[in-house]
Amino acid sequence: MIPAIFVFTYLAIVLYIGIFAFRRSAHREEAEDYFLAGRSLGPYVFLFSLFGTNMTAFAILGSSGHAFNNGIVTFGLMASSSALIIPLSLFFIGTRVWALGKKYGFITPVQMFRDRWECSHIGTVIFVVQAAFLIPYIIIGVMGGGTALSAISGGRVPFWFGGALVAMVVMSYVFFGGMRGTAWVNTFQTVLFLCFGAIALVVIGIGMGGFRQSAEALLASPGTAPLLTRERVSPLFFFSYTFIPLSSIAFPHITIFCLTARKMNQFKKTVILYPFCMLALWMPCVFLGVMANRMTDVPQIQQKLEARRALAVEGPSLTPDERDTLREKMIADDVLLLLLERYAPIWLAGLLGAGIMAAVMASDSQILALSTMFTEDVFAFYGGKRRFGEAAQVHTGRLFIILITIVAYAVALRAPQNIFDLAVQYAFSGYAALSPLLVAALFWKRSTKWGALASTVWAALSVGAVALFQYLVPAPAPGPPVVMWSIAGVEVLSRTPGGTAVFGLMPVVPMTIISAVLLVVVSFFTSKPSTATVERYFAGSPGKRSVL
Amino acid sequence: MKRALLLIVVGALYVLHQDFWFWRAARPLVFGFIPIGLFYHACYTVVTAIVMWLLVKHAWPSHLEERVGDEATPRGGDRPVAVSPTLPVAAERGGEQ
Repeated sequence: MIPAIFVFTYLAIVLYIGIFAFRRSAHREEAEDYFLAGRSLGPYVFLFSLFGTNMTAFAILGSSGHAFNNGIVTFGLMASSSALIIPLSLFFIGTRVWALGKKYGFITPVQMFRDRWECSHIGTVIFVVQAAFLIPYIIIGVMGGGTALSAISGGRVPFWFGGALVAMVVMSYVFFGGMRGTAWVNTFQTVLFLCFGAIALVVIGIGMGGFRQSAEALLASPGTAPLLTRERVSPLFFFSYTFIPLSSIAFPHITIFCLTARKMNQFKKTVILYPFCMLALWMPCVFLGVMANRMTDVPQIQQKLEARRALAVEGPSLTPDERDTLREKMIADDVLLLLLERYAPIWLAGLLGAGIMAAVMASDSQILALSTMFTEDVFAFYGGKRRFGEAAQVHTGRLFIILITIVAYAVALRAPQNIFDLAVQYAFSGYAALSPLLVAALFWKRSTKWGALASTVWAALSVGAVALFQYLVPAPAPGPPVVMWSIAGVEVLSRTPGGTAVFGLMPVVPMTIISAVLLVVVSFFTSKPSTATVERYFAGSPGKRSVL
Repeated sequence: MKRALLLIVVGALYVLHQDFWFWRAARPLVFGFIPIGLFYHACYTVVTAIVMWLLVKHAWPSHLEERVGDEATPRGGDRPVAVSPTLPVAAERGGEQ
């Protein structure tokens, strides 16, 4: 119960930060102040908050779980590729979004698209698709809170209560503090879970008597030696994964966050230090996840290892349902908690439990982003602000936050988690497929609203098609994929144990490339925005004041 | 010239991420416990930060801030397409969509 007390204290601190932020802006009922913290964030709050916003529960719990089953490849797949692509997207896209937001007062990406491409309902379609991809995150956040609190308290806090408590705390500081409260809480959380990684590594390393012996033992066993290499994934799969971080800048909560910086210089530290933050958080989590394979005397870990072995050996002769049952047993998101339980003193386990909660509670930015998008792109755009005033707009945003939280909690209590895990997995690919919209809006004068619509509809349909395909065709046993369609001996579409492959690549690659091609082709065949609009964005005409 | 060189460096960095040469190798274990493939990607991440520093130092898009400057407009500033029209823009324009 002691770890749970630490976690409750942590939740109280987080709540206080949100209310403190509310006091700072208590007399301002302006949308820009509530939704963007008045575009006033300083360099370190901007860096840590942006990093914390990008790191969901997956960063700590999921990364070590993935590494437990797949080995060191997890770091190259998800961390080092993100360490390159995310700072680059902030450098090239984030800075331009910031400049346009500052110049023209945009609060959401859809506002920018509507202005840039002179469209209205197409902007609404983009809003709907973005919102549909974002909702599973919020539900997963509530579920993660309930599960983590239940695990940390040793089952004394039931899932329904843990989920409700976390949802209430997140809702409260987002409700009161808006973007300012969310950014401060995220900064606090990021510092906490960055420290968590280093402390966990040292404590577990000491507990295990150093890692040298464990690494050698893993290498000596044929079952675990591949975990210290990358032979469990194909180079094409590894290459495909570099497309996933393109989703980061296309996530509305990240695009919106780019608008909160006080000056463009605030991006500098973030661009440079982001890779170091990735290293500091992911390296310990991935390494410890791999090392957990040595802890065969922990019953829960032994069960996971047995399930993995059974799937590898007996997989082909099992039914799809039996394979799914084994896969569920293999889920290893709790290995870090199990390692801490084994090696950390109880007070430290509590402190580290708070660090885990910090990572799990990453749904705040998504809730705020969804509320911002609804109030700006729907309520204000369709006349609500003009009719009822700016204060009513902020009140609507706050009301929407309560509504989203209640709905997310109700769904989280009833629906099985794996459905939303899958939805989140698809959402990454979906947002990556939406990234050409930002590139076209900012770098290509000739792009049109119809091109943007084609790209958006494609992103939505392709995500749906992959989800349907994986639902209809059960995952095969570990080993070669099930080829569903081939042309002249070339595998076009396959069902793999982990998902889907198109020409041996993850679906995100063709989804993103086709999205970009559609945007270009359709734009060429449709009329471009007026010269006046294009000139407000792009330099070229003497005497015209453009931004880009 | 300097910017072209930086673009080549960024392109090279992307290629270097696909380090097929350490694909099946675990040894040597750096410091006795870090597999070489993992150590490579840790070093890669540090090199990425250095390249980002070079980009910020030599290719920072400062023209964006200069163009925004002090004339940044509050919401609804000099946009012909207003953020919050009473009706959707298309309707105001005679229903283009």
